[in-house]
Amino acid sequence: MQLLNKKPESLTDVQMRYCPGCGHGVVHRLVAEVMDELNIRDKTIGVAPVGCAVFADEYFNCDMIQGPHGRGPAIATGIKRAKPEAIVFSYQGDGDLASIGMAEIVHSAIRSENITIIFINNAIYGMTGGQMAPTTLVGQKATTCVYGRDPKLQGYPIQMSEMLATIKGTTYIERTAVHTAPLVIKTKNAIKKAFQNQIDGKGFSIVEILSTCPTNWRMTPVKATDYVKDKMMEIFPLGVYKDSDGGK
Amino acid sequence: MAEKKLMKGNEALAEGTVQAGCRFFAGYPITPQNEVPEYLSWRLPEVDGKFVQAESEVAAINMIYGAAATGVRCMTSSSSPGISLKQEGISYCAGADLPFFYANVVRGGPGLGNIAGAQGDYFQSTRGGGHGDYKVFVMAPDSVNEMANFPRKCYEIAYKYRIPTMVLADGIIGQMMEPVEFEYPEVDVSKLPEQDWALGISKGRERRRVNSYDLREGQLEIMVNDRVKKYKEIEENEVMYEEIMTEDADIILVAYGTSARVSMAALKMAREKGLKVGLFRPITLWPYPKKKLAELGDRVNNFLVVEMSLGQMVEDVMLSLNGKSKVFFYGRPGGSVITAEEVLKAIEDTSKKGAKEHATIK
Repeated sequence: MQLLNKKPESLTDVQMRYCPGCGHGVVHRLVAEVMDELNIRDKTIGVAPVGCAVFADEYFNCDMIQGPHGRGPAIATGIKRAKPEAIVFSYQGDGDLASIGMAEIVHSAIRSENITIIFINNAIYGMTGGQMAPTTLVGQKATTCVYGRDPKLQGYPIQMSEMLATIKGTTYIERTAVHTAPLVIKTKNAIKKAFQNQIDGKGFSIVEILSTCPTNWRMTPVKATDYVKDKMMEIFPLGVYKDSDGGK
Repeated sequence: MAEKKLMKGNEALAEGTVQAGCRFFAGYPITPQNEVPEYLSWRLPEVDGKFVQAESEVAAINMIYGAAATGVRCMTSSSSPGISLKQEGISYCAGADLPFFYANVVRGGPGLGNIAGAQGDYFQSTRGGGHGDYKVFVMAPDSVNEMANFPRKCYEIAYKYRIPTMVLADGIIGQMMEPVEFEYPEVDVSKLPEQDWALGISKGRERRRVNSYDLREGQLEIMVNDRVKKYKEIEENEVMYEEIMTEDADIILVAYGTSARVSMAALKMAREKGLKVGLFRPITLWPYPKKKLAELGDRVNNFLVVEMSLGQMVEDVMLSLNGKSKVFFYGRPGGSVITAEEVLKAIEDTSKKGAKEHATIK
């Protein structure tokens, strides 16, 4: 018998607690495969957020730290400056990165920190039970906007990749999705590039990944993938927003 | 004896921290502590250390959380409102058992308050400060020389027990200039031991995790109780204080930091008037020297607590004495400086009141 596929070494054997149809598990695996392929597992330090991915420090088989809500890029800054030989990534959701952690992500980009950010955008607060996120779409319902997001009251969803691309110090910014097999492969390539940039000392790289949250969107997993395709991608177009030689 | 240098309190603190092995600083500007980051911004690169001016106090303390997790000796400094912002991160460090050092050069509060020296952050410092059950080792310098030398002790305690440690200074000690002598040889960071909990290159060892959570039923209680053991050890072994002329005293002044300096001047004036006054100066505010105070309470009837606040440490004095002696208080909040004359008057009032009340009570 020939072994065709196996769990990446960079994932632990702990069973993930993500909901059926959630994108986190897919992205975790992609990050782990990249760590395996780049052979960086034993020098990588990951930063787990507050949110659904809070337990990421259990799932990734490398040195991990779990920190306060939204502060991943600041924690990663401290680690990378103190230990430049380590490969440092911060894994964050949209409430974490685009709401409470807006200052930290923007300023780590301004400083062109040589770190990698994995940003899961599912347009909702998952762990706390489906509240409105800064990325929630206009008209999308959430437990704190039960009639749907109204721009007059809550403004418009923030497009993080577009915004960060305006910052001179950023190196690589791409938005991808994981609801189809080709997009999963594309996302993996983007994650790989974001880590390779750090290895090459090129500076700040972020991959924004559109993801599903069937539980809090109140949809079946299949409907949720349609929602990404039909609704989210309209407001959050996929593509490379920045690819430079580096702010450094 | 090492040479003496004339230094500003904040600069002495910064230099003392570097000499104690600090190689990472993150902070955000706030008066009256700005000389600390300004000094370290050029001094740390000289010793191959890293300096980051963070976008906020919140980011700064989280940079510390990350850096401390790698085992590097690190520091942040701020003043009252900034320290309030850092409390969440300090709580995370305490909950993750990360050693680091920080300084609060206290200013008048609450709110934006003013930029004068004050002592209104005693409760915040000695009760943990952030959310949850934890303690921070707190040292209160009363001179520029102590600003220079306390960071060394703070790092020792921080790494010995894996807890956050701090210097609680005030704007006056931060801004004034005095001769300084660095009492210890400079720490050679290349000789510091590797920490068996620090994140880094995991080749050839098990992976490590730094976090402050445990959602399994009952597990967090166990985690917190484990920490209590070291808190008890610290309370047992690491108390520091200074006693001046307490042997024959009828009244003992209790004061720390700038208040202790003013109280010292008042003590001299009172002694000249024939009043038998002593001074008890806690150097560690947590652990608090409660045993020693209780001993003094066995034979001294009157204690006068002097603080640049509405009265915060006075509660620890009362708890320590536990009803043994009369406790009086003199203080001024809002960054107003207490004068020796005011303290002398309070001593004289205490002398009268104390005698009278004891005459009626005892």
